[in-house]
Formats: sequence, structure tokens, C-alpha cells
Amino acid sequence: MLAFNFFGATEGGLFDINATLPLMAIQVVALTYILNSLFFKPVGNVVEKREKYVSNNIIDAKNKLSEVKKLEADLLTQLQSARAEAQRIVSEAENESDKLYKEALELANNEANASKEKARLEIESQTSVARDQLYKQADDLSELIVNRLILEK
Amino acid sequence: MFFNSLLTNFAALEVGQHLYWQIGNIRLHGQVFLTSWILLGALLVFISLGTKKMDNDPKGLQNLLEFLWDYIRDLARTQIGEKVYRDWMPFIGTLFLFVFVSNWGGALIPWRLIKLPSGELGAPTADINTTIALALLVSLSYFYAGLSNKGWRYFEYYVHPTPIMLPFKILEDFTKPLSLSFRLFGNILADELVVGVLVFLVPLILPIPVMFLGLFTSAIQALIFATLAAYYIGEAVEEHH
Repeated sequence: MLAFNFFGATEGGLFDINATLPLMAIQVVALTYILNSLFFKPVGNVVEKREKYVSNNIIDAKNKLSEVKKLEADLLTQLQSARAEAQRIVSEAENESDKLYKEALELANNEANASKEKARLEIESQTSVARDQLYKQADDLSELIVNRLILEK
Repeated sequence: MFFNSLLTNFAALEVGQHLYWQIGNIRLHGQVFLTSWILLGALLVFISLGTKKMDNDPKGLQNLLEFLWDYIRDLARTQIGEKVYRDWMPFIGTLFLFVFVSNWGGALIPWRLIKLPSGELGAPTADINTTIALALLVSLSYFYAGLSNKGWRYFEYYVHPTPIMLPFKILEDFTKPLSLSFRLFGNILADELVVGVLVFLVPLILPIPVMFLGLFTSAIQALIFATLAAYYIGEAVEEHH
């Protein structure tokens, strides 16, 4: 039975080509337009909008990252110069204080030396005065002794 | 004896029987239109549900539809090329969706439960009219794509790279729709027949792996059809120097 209506039977059969063909073609073309307006266009719009959004954001982020890197480098140079400046100021201050210290030391030394000298001179003069006095008293005493001895005789 | 009974069994599968609709002078295969309307209706409902509330932050069905859209775009873009794929993406996508929905609908839905006066419901792509219609649309499309993109220079394709190719290239214009339509038709019909025969002979368990194989084949056929259609269009619009 199968063999009879398998190929090219007048009615029915697997290869029975009729008006189904053009109507199906029209149906598929219509479906293309319907799917285009219902599916491909709206979904495409959403997807492409998102892709644009994502790529814009990526570009934005890249720009910001490069800006951040630039700022970071700026900051680093600023930091370095500030450090050098601080170093300079510190060493300057150290030098200054060193100088001041030395000056003060010298001044104090001089003063001390001067007062030492003065004291030495005073001591010397007093010593000479005391010695003179001593000499005088010795003279007086010797004279007294001599006089007594002379008187006893 | 066995062979005879097998033949009768085949006949019980109603191969090549159709539900005829007579409109004026023309005759249609009603079962093809009935199933295609049901399946395409379901497809359109599915798509309208998925695209009803589209969000920049996709949820649920929208995800699936976007995945589908992306898949079709990749297919069209790789075959047709960056320049004109946009124009042809809806057509390629429609071919893919139509073939896929028809194949899977034919395989997954138990149409046998709906009795028709003659013939039976099944995959619309198991009817030669449908596949030839699709294949001829593809032929028209690639001619149109070639002519609209390159004008008369399209015909340089026939003598490229040497004029010796001319008869083969002309022959190709006939073999392309022929192979497209018969590949799809043969695969889907064969799948339906194998499952039908197996179900008839061994109604338990044994047909299940074959049914899965059928689903696999159906999906692959949809992909092949859409890819080849896109490839033919790509070939027509390709600039060669």
C-alpha cells in the first residue's frame, strides 16, 4: 500500500506539492516581519543600548583610571619635593642651631675666661697686698725683737 | 509474511496522507497549516510575554530572549559579515526559529491524540511544501542580497576565480535549494517515521533514546538550515578581488 502512494500519487503522497508551498512562503515572510517588529528590533535595541552603556562605562572608567594615575604621579612628585623641602629646612635649622650653639659657647667661654682672668688678677693683687702686709709685719716684728734685744743689753 | 505486515503497519502510520483543504481551485495541506499556526502562535505568545516589560537589567524570559537574539546575531554575523548582517538577521533568525519550533513542536507535542479525518498532525517541516518554500525564500534572498549590494557585479561571482566555474556555479543555484529542502524534509520525516515505527513495534522504553536523538537532530537541523542560509547570503554579498 505504502509503495503505491509513496511517490507521485495523484492524490496524497510524500511529494505532493501544491498551493501549500507559496502560502507557506508568504506565511514565513509575514512571520519575518512580525518577528522583526516583535522580537529582533526591541530586543536588539535593549541589548545594543546596554552594550553601548557598558562600553561607555568602560571607557569612562579607563579615563578616570588614567586620570587617577596622573594625579597619583603628581602627588608623588609633590610629595617628593615636599620631602626634599622639609629635609632642606631641617638641615638648615640644624645648621642654624649649630651656629647659634657655637656662638653661645664661644661667648660663654670668653666670658668665663674673662672672669677667670679677672679673678686671677684680683687674687694676684690680693696676694701681693697680703705679702706686702706680711713683709711689713715681719719687718715690724723683727724690729721689735731687735729693739727688745738691744734694750735687755 | 512479516514484511507484509510491516508494510501494513507503515500504512497505519499514514505516510503521505494529508488533510486537504479546498479553497476555490487550490488545494492545501491543512495539517501543515494547523500545526504551524499552533506552534507559531505559541512562539509569538512566548516572545510577546518576554518582550512585554523590557528592562536594562534583564529578568526571567527577557534573559532567554536576549540569549536567543545574541545567538542569532553571532550566527548571522559570522556567516554574512559585519557589513550587512543587520539587514539579514531577522530573516535568518526567523528561519532558525521557524524550523526549530516546527521540529521540536513536531517531536515534543503528542499530536497523535488529536484525530483528523485524514492524515495526522506533525512537524510542519516534515512536509515537502514547507521545506521547499523555505529553501526558495533562501534562494530569492541570496539573489536579492547579491544584486542589491553589488548590482550587476554580483554575476562576477559566477566566473570567480575562473570562467570554468560558470556551469558549476549555475548548477549550484539549483542544488542549493534542493539540498536545503530535502535535507530538512528527509531528516524530520525520517525521525518521525523511526519514532512512529518503534512506538508501533515496541511501545515501551525503546523509543525514548530515539526520541532524544530526534530532538537532537531537530535542533541541529534548525541550526544547519539557518547557518547555510546565512552562508549563502554571505557568499552572495562577499567582495572578492
